[in-house]
Amino acid sequence: MRIGIVCPYSWDVPGGVQLHIRDLAEHLLREGHEVSVLAPADDDTPLPPYAVSAGRAVAVPYNGSVARLNFGFLTAARVRRWVHDGDFDVLHIHEPATPSLSVLTCWLAQGPMVATFHTSIPRSRWLVALYPMLQSALEKISARIAVSEYARRTFVEHLGGDAVVIPNGVDVGFFADAEPRPEWQGGTIGFLGRIDEPRKGLPVLMKALPRIVAAHPDTRLLVAGRGDEEEAVAGLPEDVRDRVEFLGMVSDEDKARLLRSVDLYVAPNTGGESFGIILVEALSAGAPVLASDLDAFAQVLDGGEAGQLFANEDPDALATAAIKLLGDPERRAELRERGRRHVRRFDWSTVGADILSVYETVTDGAASVAPDERPGWRARLGLAARDVPAGKEDRPS
Amino acid sequence: MTSLLWLLWVAVALLLAAVYLSWTAGRLDRMHSRIDAARAALDAQLLRRASVAQELATADILDPAASMVLYQAAHHARQADEEAREVAESELSQTLRAVFAEPGQLEAVREAPGGTEVVTELAAAVRRVPMARRFHNDSVRSTRALRRHRKVRLFRLAGHAPWPLAFEMDDEPPPVLADRTGGAAP
Repeated sequence: MRIGIVCPYSWDVPGGVQLHIRDLAEHLLREGHEVSVLAPADDDTPLPPYAVSAGRAVAVPYNGSVARLNFGFLTAARVRRWVHDGDFDVLHIHEPATPSLSVLTCWLAQGPMVATFHTSIPRSRWLVALYPMLQSALEKISARIAVSEYARRTFVEHLGGDAVVIPNGVDVGFFADAEPRPEWQGGTIGFLGRIDEPRKGLPVLMKALPRIVAAHPDTRLLVAGRGDEEEAVAGLPEDVRDRVEFLGMVSDEDKARLLRSVDLYVAPNTGGESFGIILVEALSAGAPVLASDLDAFAQVLDGGEAGQLFANEDPDALATAAIKLLGDPERRAELRERGRRHVRRFDWSTVGADILSVYETVTDGAASVAPDERPGWRARLGLAARDVPAGKEDRPS
Repeated sequence: MTSLLWLLWVAVALLLAAVYLSWTAGRLDRMHSRIDAARAALDAQLLRRASVAQELATADILDPAASMVLYQAAHHARQADEEAREVAESELSQTLRAVFAEPGQLEAVREAPGGTEVVTELAAAVRRVPMARRFHNDSVRSTRALRRHRKVRLFRLAGHAPWPLAFEMDDEPPPVLADRTGGAAP
């Protein structure tokens, strides 16, 4: 199958959507499919052989922060050429409800299109204002995928329509086979994520830490992620401060080894998550997981079956649960075992097969993808015959 | 002079309205062909499911009673005409659930010669039917929303295309086949 994937965000900036697309593309290539990824990238960014640059993204203020986006005639021409040259059986567009390469591709192409909605869509003013315009592009999409039941629900509420739920994929084996590092073992709690991003919830964990250390004096907190370390520990008493180790940014290998080593992985995120890939990675590595009870997290953890939940933004609840878990090796072993079983549904072999099922469902009996040639005004008024794009005339009816 | 200007304005307005209506008609046309494609895909998946079920029923793997029930249901699903289709397909779903509800049934089928392939195909089929149905009904819903619009009804932009109907059926797969934790998943 010839598959064209559109990535809305810059390839050179690390992010969840980009990583998902990279893993998906590599999985599909391994399965013997032809894959091309269209992504914004600087001209000097080294791209993998399957990726095509759509040009440099421009930074513009959008939705309260600065977003790097692609638009304009030049980008449109590049998209059109990519769609034309690729001769794809199916297009897979990510985050089509953002002003980006994705919505542009929806606009310019026709044929079987699959769209994945990663984040839950906030009901923003521009979405309401531009809805009619956006609608005509979005209604070309033949199949929608939501990454969680939660994302699907918000999607149904805001945009109408329905979607199938296929979770994000994780290479379970990569995490399960990582070698633990002895210096990260022995009464350790792990945390991964931006230190200075309050939504990742490190402040909640910091508030809970003194109680945890008081109950289990050997406990160490390992924090992996970018941010101001001084500021993060500022509110802690001196003796607790020594129990926190900052590892800075870690490589993928070290991330897997960290998750394999810790006795407890804590995800105190306070909101803004629609899936929670880090939880799946922790479960894959066999780490017992303690997470805030966000909708998305509860779903990934099977309602608390595969990991423990605590009341969101409540440091006391976190401390109580952590103290109990750290003092109960049997419960942790049970969580490890349940997590290992639960996580198989997120492995790329399962997720990839589901995504391929969607591709096959929409391509069954449909013509291949082609640029959307809009008929000129003469054709519209019936003065000239409409151009029928190649392959479209044998569409079943 | 003023009347000429007025006339010009009216002409411009009419032209704009015509272009807008024609664009909407194009949109509707595209949505109808999307429904056609989705329906074809759904038919293909339903047929695939019924075929695998029939294969399983005739493969001498299940006990005779289960074989007969499953054969009947699969046969009805394949032969049903348009009005009886939704009911027949729902009955096939129920029969499949009943057959695989028995503990150990899945393992017994797997152990039979050629059983693993049948299970894999059946698991794929029962997973794809709900998918295809969701995509189909989604396109039906968005087309209906547009067709209910005043401009579409007033100017008959939908032409003679029939009012799109959703495909309603019970497509719940047997729990053992839908289990994604390393059970039946390929």
